[in-house]
Amino acid sequence: MRDFSYSRAGSLDEARQATLAPGALLLAGGTTLLDLAKCGVTEPETVIDITHLAGLDAITVDEEGIAIGALARMSAVADHPGVQAALPAVTQSLSLAASAQLRNMATIGGNLLQRTRCSYFRDPATFPACNKRNPGSGCSAIGGVTRNHAVLGTSEQCIASYPGDMAIALVAFDAVLDLGTRQVPVEDFFLSYADAPEEETVLKPGEMILAVKLRNSAAGMRSTYLKVRDRQSYEFAAASAAVGLEFEDDGRTVKDIRVALGGVASKPWRARAVEQALVGKPLEADTVAWAARLAMDGAVSYSDNLYKIELAPRVVTRAILTVGGLA
Amino acid sequence: MTIMEPRKHGSAADGFVGGRLSRFEGQMKVTGAATYALEYPVENLAHAVLVQSTIASGRVVSVDKAEAQAAPGVLLVLTPEDDLGLMTKSDWFGNRPDNEPYAPLPREISYNGETIAAVIAESREQAVEAIKLLRIAYDETPGVADLHDPKAGDGKVMDNLSVSWGDAEAALAASAVTIEAEYQTPREYHVAMEPHGLTAKWEGDQLTIWEPSQWTHAMALNYAEWFGLPPDNVRLISTFVGGGFGSKGAALAYGAVAASAARKLGRPVKLAVTRPQNFTSYGGRAATRQTIKLGATKDGVLQAIVHRGASETSVTTDYPEQTGAATPILYKVENYSSQSRVVPVNTVTPGALRGPGKNPSAFGIECAMDELANKLGMDPLELRLKNYADRDYQTGKPWSTRMLREALTQGAEAFGWSKRSHAPRSMREGRQLIGWGIGCGTFPVIQAPSAAMIRILANGRVEVVSGAIDMGQGTYTILAQTASEALGVPVDQIDVLLGDSRMPGSAIAGGSMLAGSITGAVHKTAAAARDELIGLALNAPNSPFRDTGANTLSVAGGRISVSSGNGPSMSLPELMTAIGQSELEVTRNTLPDDAQGATDQNAAWTSMKRVQGPTMGEFSMHSWCAHFAEVRVDEDFGTVRVSRMVSAFDCGRLYNPKMVESQWRGGIIMGIGQALFEEGMVDGRNGRTVNNNVGDYLVPTNADIPDLQVISVGVPDLNASALGGKGVGEVGIVGVAPAIANAVFHATGKRVRDLPLTLDKLI
Ligand SMILES: Cc1cc2nc3c(=O)[nH]c(=O)nc-3n(C[C@H](O)[C@H](O)[C@H](O)COP(=O)(O)OP(=O)(O)OC[C@H]3O[C@@H](n4cnc5c(N)ncnc54)[C@H](O)[C@@H]3O)c2cc1C
Ligand code: SF4
Repeated sequence: MRDFSYSRAGSLDEARQATLAPGALLLAGGTTLLDLAKCGVTEPETVIDITHLAGLDAITVDEEGIAIGALARMSAVADHPGVQAALPAVTQSLSLAASAQLRNMATIGGNLLQRTRCSYFRDPATFPACNKRNPGSGCSAIGGVTRNHAVLGTSEQCIASYPGDMAIALVAFDAVLDLGTRQVPVEDFFLSYADAPEEETVLKPGEMILAVKLRNSAAGMRSTYLKVRDRQSYEFAAASAAVGLEFEDDGRTVKDIRVALGGVASKPWRARAVEQALVGKPLEADTVAWAARLAMDGAVSYSDNLYKIELAPRVVTRAILTVGGLA
Repeated sequence: MTIMEPRKHGSAADGFVGGRLSRFEGQMKVTGAATYALEYPVENLAHAVLVQSTIASGRVVSVDKAEAQAAPGVLLVLTPEDDLGLMTKSDWFGNRPDNEPYAPLPREISYNGETIAAVIAESREQAVEAIKLLRIAYDETPGVADLHDPKAGDGKVMDNLSVSWGDAEAALAASAVTIEAEYQTPREYHVAMEPHGLTAKWEGDQLTIWEPSQWTHAMALNYAEWFGLPPDNVRLISTFVGGGFGSKGAALAYGAVAASAARKLGRPVKLAVTRPQNFTSYGGRAATRQTIKLGATKDGVLQAIVHRGASETSVTTDYPEQTGAATPILYKVENYSSQSRVVPVNTVTPGALRGPGKNPSAFGIECAMDELANKLGMDPLELRLKNYADRDYQTGKPWSTRMLREALTQGAEAFGWSKRSHAPRSMREGRQLIGWGIGCGTFPVIQAPSAAMIRILANGRVEVVSGAIDMGQGTYTILAQTASEALGVPVDQIDVLLGDSRMPGSAIAGGSMLAGSITGAVHKTAAAARDELIGLALNAPNSPFRDTGANTLSVAGGRISVSSGNGPSMSLPELMTAIGQSELEVTRNTLPDDAQGATDQNAAWTSMKRVQGPTMGEFSMHSWCAHFAEVRVDEDFGTVRVSRMVSAFDCGRLYNPKMVESQWRGGIIMGIGQALFEEGMVDGRNGRTVNNNVGDYLVPTNADIPDLQVISVGVPDLNASALGGKGVGEVGIVGVAPAIANAVFHATGKRVRDLPLTLDKLI
């Protein structure tokens, strides 16, 4: 048996201190940590339980915006009427994720740090080569089954996709992560692992996610998260889009638009080119479909996942037309 | 605290055969009180964990186990180097090679995921950790990953599967309208909720195995033969089974490993096969491809069917998935030709999975019929009725019963088929394209002998005892109903004991043959018990019936009385007390009189020797069904949702309609999974199924399943079984996938000929 030590952090500082030790990992809902430990991907020396730390599960909503504590459960956030009113895209991204049981266990902090579903990454006994697990060992996925792999932000080092849903909505609405000592926009928090697939975020030992902060916006209130997949529930996205829209006073010209993509990229993917192409223009189906294609600039496929390049713009288009009242 | 309202088991009349009783063991299962094989508390357990190969082909050169052996808690490491001293067991037909050793941990590797070693430790976790310390050296040779591997070739023809009559090629050439298409189905897996595994315990040379099983006697014999034991020395217990679907009918290599380890250690060993290991510890449904050519007149009269099929098999055994199984019997056709091949690839030998053969076969012929209807511009329902088979054209025999016409017409009526707008892509709601499709299905009636014991106890309770199993299909319940009817005792006085090889032998719970076989045996035994009881009541010295002058008595509602009503009437316990009988035990079987010897009996309970196929008698006997599916396909995303289904079945008499309907729905749900999601994804480089877990190998969730309306159009078929039922378990899945694929074509105008119908094929 592989022994590891388990401790319950007495305070935030204690928890952060504890992560400085090599092989130390925080335990929140445990739904990613245990899963990866079972596949032999994660072998922590020390597990620091933070679930009982007081105050970290608060969800506050005011005129400024929303703050969600890192230990808030996915289900609690998904059920929160204030979040629903200010940012329906965030609510939907959570209620369309995983299963009811998982959402009851899983936390917002843990959710951000879930790891890729690349089958090769998750089977170390059979596929030792994986640059993400073992830098420099190669990538087993390239040349294998790549139906769920990313088409954006990949490299010959790694083509894994970021699997989560909520982070897509967060990146669309410029969420900021409160790491205690610093505040980092979600978009900068995730690294596209083009060159160093093993480095997924900027989180450093001794740091912890304390909260997610979002500012209220008109585009946020008029937002949606559209997730497309073969199975109607309990499946990761084949492609997804978080979209928010604000019209000018004429009710048809785009004043502000936010577009982010999931299921297709190595990190939560903000599609600024699509946004820029639409701002200032009247919202029309053809223009939207044309602009959505810009999201795929630079996309690279390994045949099995070619369909994503076709699918993702269609998902973006539908999501925009939906919030624009045209679908 | 809330207390759940106890669920009503139905009215008293429901207790007989045909009543809608709920499952007796249902509450135990949902409350966790049912003890499954791996949950049996056995003391002093050691835990075994399997190690599977990570290459497709080659050999194990060496296993350096020093470090693993020294790891904490490790008791034993078994590798190909260990001679376990086992002998090969008999095959399905009871044939056994002489003196052929059996190595469940082979040195030669023929597929990725083959079991090659095991670590046994004080705890499962210790064994898992020690496995990481094994150093396995392989000598890898090039393998063939799957059916699509260019190296796979065309394989070999299975001569015994070639079928022809008339002159199919000539008739095809002369046909006014023809279609030709290739259909493919991928590797599919059982994914039963309860994964495989066992606990093995030795006491001297007596071996007890707790293992989920679809056939207790046969599996007990498998172990006895491996270890060279008299059959009676092995007891296999399988009280509850969390789904089998064809995967739990024979003992498997991991069982031999666990039982060997237990013997070596002198300690009981428990082995839980992990979910990923379940994908290669036994075979799922083989990938298939088939070409179908149909020829018809301009007004849609079928002239010829030409079928050429192939399925993958392992490099060690030819196991055909018979894509030509349903093709010859669904329609009237005077000219027919079919040939099937197996293509050896580096896979675990495929096996039977719900609706074996018939299932992929129906996918081919039922899609082809839809293509023909489309080409003819004809309603696919009309095409099917027009070519209705009035007899079995393959054997020339009459059907025993075939209510497929009723299934088609009543199913169509309930579905509202007449409102269909036949042109593809002509029905929609916003961006959802709507399509309606039909798929027919069939499964043969297979009969096998079985035995049963009835015990009437002094307290009036009745025990029905059989080695048959219940994997959720309702054996416990229908046997109580059968005994209740034949014996005249209310169901709530009956206890059914199943799933133990020490009990009387039975047919396998497979090929939809158990219910018909075992109800026949229980009915016969219960009737004999009733006769014995009446005989005792009339003749026993202290019996109050002795002097009534009656020559027979009636047993009803648990009371025995003079049939005329003039005379004593007493409950069974009262009678037992009066005549001083502590117990009455009767055992009967349904073997012919000339096969009552021990050898014949043992062969009957452990091999396919006495199994009767559907056309071995005067008639051709099958279950039939027609599925009607409605799908909604998102025009932009290609996602398919099944929004409605109506399915009509001819399965003869239903012993318990409530449970039959559940089985049908279960089959349909599995069919929806097959149609939309299920596919083993094989890495072409090393033949590994990379989605070998339920996170990645998708089966339907509740959200994917609409209301499923099921209709019974069957009539009792007394050729098919003693009580008139035909099989219900397998047929439900057959025809679902083509109904959905045809509906998708109708919705989109796009014909997808390879399952599953995932969005990438439709955008
Ligand atoms: C079968 C399955 C299906 C799923 N489907 C989906 C899906 O469709 N969509 C989706 O979005 N997700 C899905 N998930 C992922 C799921 O959402 C995550 O597992 C979950 O959100 C993780 O949260 P947790 O609290 O359980 O994290 P944990 O497992 O406790 O932690 C995850 C990681 O984050 C670290 N961590 C936790 N909290 C903090 C913190 N505050 N600061 C710093 N580090 C921290 C831990 O050390 C660990 O490394 C699925 C998961 C499973 C198992
Ligand atoms: S895609 Fe990335 S995670 Fe997957 S095997 Fe390659 S390097 Fe590893």
